[in-house]
Amino acid sequence: MAKTVKLLSENFGKIRPDSLEDYLNAGGFEALKKAFTMKPLDIIEEVKKSKLMGRGGAGYPTGSKWEQLYRIEKFPKYIVCNADEGEPGTFKDKLILNYDPMKLIEGMIIAGYVFNSNHGYIYIRGEYPDSQNIMQTAADVLEKTGYLGENILGSDFSFHLHVRTGAGAYVCGENSTLLNSLEGKAGRPRKKPPHLAEVGLFELPTLVNNVESLANIPYIVLNGGDKYASFGTEASGGTKLVCLSGNVVNRGVYEVRFGTTLREIIYELGGGVPNGRKLKLVQIGGSSGPCFDETLLDTPLCYDATWKNGITVGSGALLVVDDSNCVVDFVKCITEFFVHESCGKCTLCREGNKQLLKIINKFTEGTASEKDFDAIRRISDAMTNGAFCGLGETASRALTTCLEYFKDEFEEHINGKCRAGVCSFEKGGE
Amino acid sequence: MMEKIRAQEVYGIINKHNKSKEQILSILLEIQEASGRNYVPEECAQIVAQELGLSLSKVYDVLTFYAMFSLKPRGKYILEICKSAPCHVNGSKNVRDMFEKELGISIGETTEDNMFTLQYSSCFGACDIAPAVKIGGKVYGNLNEQKVKEIVDLYRKEGQ
Amino acid sequence: MKMVNLKIDNVNVSVPAGTSILDAAKEAGIKIPTLCYHPDMPFTASCRLCLVQIKGKRKLQPSCATPVKENMEVITNNPMIREARKTALELLLANHPMECPVCIKNNKCELQRLAQELNITDITFEKCSDMLPIDDQNPAIVREPNKCVKCGRCVEVCHEVQTVGAINTAYRSGEYNVCTAFQKPLAESECVFCGQCVNVCPVGAIYEKDDTQKVWDALNDPDKFVIVQTAPAIRASLGEEFGMDPGSLVTGQMVTALRNLGFDRVFDTDFTADLTIIEEGNELLERLENNGVLPMITSCSPGWINFIEKFYPELLQHLSSCKSPQQMFGALAKTYYAQKENISPEKMFVVSVMPCTAKKYEAARPEMNSSGYRDVDVVLTTRELGRMLKEAGINLAILEPGKFDEPLGISTGAGAIFGTSGGVMEAALRTVYEVVTGKELENIDFTDVRGLEGIKEAEVDIDGTKIKIAVANSLKNARELLEMVKSGKGDYKFIEVMCCPGGCIGGGGQPYGTNNETKQKRMQAIYKEDKNMKIRKSHKNPAVCELYEDFLGKPLGYKSHKLLHTYYTPKK
Repeated sequence: MAKTVKLLSENFGKIRPDSLEDYLNAGGFEALKKAFTMKPLDIIEEVKKSKLMGRGGAGYPTGSKWEQLYRIEKFPKYIVCNADEGEPGTFKDKLILNYDPMKLIEGMIIAGYVFNSNHGYIYIRGEYPDSQNIMQTAADVLEKTGYLGENILGSDFSFHLHVRTGAGAYVCGENSTLLNSLEGKAGRPRKKPPHLAEVGLFELPTLVNNVESLANIPYIVLNGGDKYASFGTEASGGTKLVCLSGNVVNRGVYEVRFGTTLREIIYELGGGVPNGRKLKLVQIGGSSGPCFDETLLDTPLCYDATWKNGITVGSGALLVVDDSNCVVDFVKCITEFFVHESCGKCTLCREGNKQLLKIINKFTEGTASEKDFDAIRRISDAMTNGAFCGLGETASRALTTCLEYFKDEFEEHINGKCRAGVCSFEKGGE
Repeated sequence: MMEKIRAQEVYGIINKHNKSKEQILSILLEIQEASGRNYVPEECAQIVAQELGLSLSKVYDVLTFYAMFSLKPRGKYILEICKSAPCHVNGSKNVRDMFEKELGISIGETTEDNMFTLQYSSCFGACDIAPAVKIGGKVYGNLNEQKVKEIVDLYRKEGQ
Repeated sequence: MKMVNLKIDNVNVSVPAGTSILDAAKEAGIKIPTLCYHPDMPFTASCRLCLVQIKGKRKLQPSCATPVKENMEVITNNPMIREARKTALELLLANHPMECPVCIKNNKCELQRLAQELNITDITFEKCSDMLPIDDQNPAIVREPNKCVKCGRCVEVCHEVQTVGAINTAYRSGEYNVCTAFQKPLAESECVFCGQCVNVCPVGAIYEKDDTQKVWDALNDPDKFVIVQTAPAIRASLGEEFGMDPGSLVTGQMVTALRNLGFDRVFDTDFTADLTIIEEGNELLERLENNGVLPMITSCSPGWINFIEKFYPELLQHLSSCKSPQQMFGALAKTYYAQKENISPEKMFVVSVMPCTAKKYEAARPEMNSSGYRDVDVVLTTRELGRMLKEAGINLAILEPGKFDEPLGISTGAGAIFGTSGGVMEAALRTVYEVVTGKELENIDFTDVRGLEGIKEAEVDIDGTKIKIAVANSLKNARELLEMVKSGKGDYKFIEVMCCPGGCIGGGGQPYGTNNETKQKRMQAIYKEDKNMKIRKSHKNPAVCELYEDFLGKPLGYKSHKLLHTYYTPKK
């Protein structure tokens, strides 16, 4: 029987988010005190040992990212927390923000200490106004009590935290875009290189980490990287907050060890598919993630194992879709999302998504032909290989993976049949 | 024209954020909220441009890029129906139909009394209670016909 | 210089560190297609046409924006790359109106050329061009946003080179577009009509308002006496419209071509450039002597005038009150010349050919009618004249050189160099020195103020009195000088400002393909013209002297003020 663990989520619901007392009683700021006794490079070493991979979706080793920034001898440096949790089906960072904001702040202060950075920014999506208020309140409390601001805990290290809002743009979850947005610009991505570690916020060296990544730092510092890593697999250290949504009985966020299989998560923790329906597909990692059918359910949650099966951990979102849904209608919904969220800057993403949606509409209307598969392939290949940023690169992933697993359903639509009875084949319907 | 919001208030918001260019999103969101009609009037955008030392076209870029801004007056309450995949597979289309019926408007429209605007939103992280609707900072989930009625009634009363 | 060694398509290449893959490939003889890239601008890497493969990288990379690295291995041509580029181009074309044969950019369009180079013979994607309104509500520039390919070049020049910021990107996804704030017509925006956006647009999305028909109509009207004046900078660029190399000086051919088109008189704006020097030089001396507002700033560049009226109205007193040479010409043509030749000014039709789009706006200003009529009836850009000549079947390149008509076609080398940044200053100094000192200036080449550099400074010794002068080209540099003036720094007495980078040789009405390289060549041609002239100082222009004797009286006199000077209006 699969179990949840309480490593990162330990304090959820147990402490008041604006109470320093509660946080201290739960062991808060012990890690920071320990960090102050450590050399920055030793902290980075622990982070490397922890095998913590970026929890925002890209899965880049956090320790390596830290090491790269550490080596850059240009100051000031900035710490930026990416709390633009926009990947549909992902709602884990919100829990950290709402239920344990001080842990995240502690992680950011430690990062600040490591890089001798005096300013941290937390960019919270505009759709989370409550979380913004909670974070701001927590930051105010810590500022008043000497955990933030000048000379933290009597040391000569100072760290100021700035809570900032987004205003509704999925693409700002992409790190370079997020920095543009933080600078008060429209959220369109930057060309990399130069990497953000060299030319980041206000063109200065910058660390951008996801909420969940940073919130894990206090545990790693306090208990050691090896201890954290031991919760996971060889390739993926620690635990992961997974978000179960869609057609599943117990929707919600679960903290699991890496190595737990997707089947365990969906059936044992999630209680399986309700209403006597059958599982049709699972999308992992949010709308930019791949779709697959039940044949991959025994894949363990692990960066290596998922990669070997052609999928990904991504943000930790697991969207379960049952057989009352039409796969073409489903990818239409996904593609509409990307059409709405493309920033418009690069040709392939702007025009590509638009054309993909036109083609998918032909399928849902029963006017598609075999030739449309070629057009989908051409556009999605070009987007995957050549789009400016990660949004364009992954926007067609749901479509192409659905075509891999459910091509027969697409073909049925050419012949005017929708087995789920969702598509009405009335031109211009919906 | 500036119906409810006064220039004085706009300057106040801008000053509160230290006339900082990087805080333009906060500034514009607060102006939008203070407008009473959930939009950023052109005159306010001009003040923002002038005070922050930005060209108006840069402010316009920001206003048109981010989904949360509107340049046209909207209802007092914005009902945002999530249309992302997790809500979609839980029947967000039905929820849209229910709201349309209850309010007598189509998605994208504002009720005649300027009380409600019905619109779509991307995922706002309420996937565990999908299908969901967001009204200001509040989120309502597991929606059905009964709940939709209750929500609309609640805000109708509050808005009187 | 540190050199970097890499392999491009298996060819060893060695280039300086910092070179882009695109430029390195050029060294190796490989042409990579580009659309958003422009040699004088920072990259945006948005079009995705210059994608290449780099060994070790999963995704294709834009070669314009990727610097070379030691031991890098680059592939520029394989099926995956060709497919990605072609798909990007086809996607752009599916969104394009495809009105090529009737587009102003036909045969000069970078998108069209790419379609040919990438061997596009069919668009497999559904047509979906935008349906945005055309903006032609001003005398100078037309925006046709449906043709826009979103390369971002116009936005870059408008914001970074000119610091005007009238147009910008806005919206997202399919609605992503270039527009003014709140989609106002350009006329209601901050636009100064410099036309730099027109120069860099790779397609026909933004262009000068075409006034050629008005000129055809005038030429065809037996009651009209049609006069043309040619700006200093166009003789150094018009040849490019006929395939001649940049920097070809075509003064004589241009005169013949205009005469062949049917103009009754072919005159030269260089003449009124000389006149401007007399008026402006005397104005400077008067300000110096009588504690007038200093520094005095030149006023011949209409984009610059629009800029200062809109952005720095508090500094308008610094502007010389002299009209631009174009407007001085128009005013004199319809008074002095009309009287002299006994032609009714009512019947006179003055056309000017300018390297400039803002000149169209200037000519249409309500105050520019001191002759009692609109002083300049139509302004054509260099490009429009090129089109008219082609329409008439005139091949400029093979014409016998002709001579300007007299007297308004007589000019000096000082008038000629008005066409390039620093020219007005140099011309003024040649005259001011001699007027003040009464001595002959021996070395008349003020090389300190020449060249493409954004801001040039010099100190000039006029008989023991040293005066500090500065020259700015592009509005960003003008803004920099204005800020110095505002804060009391710099201590300049006289400033020349040209709106366009490089001056009029880089004007917004110049042939397409204008870049720093072509500007450099045009500039050389202008100085060659100066050198070729028998007279190189404005006050030595015999026709100008005669004009004062017979008509104006004296510089800054009553008639001068009525016809040659103007006023400015704050437009903030």
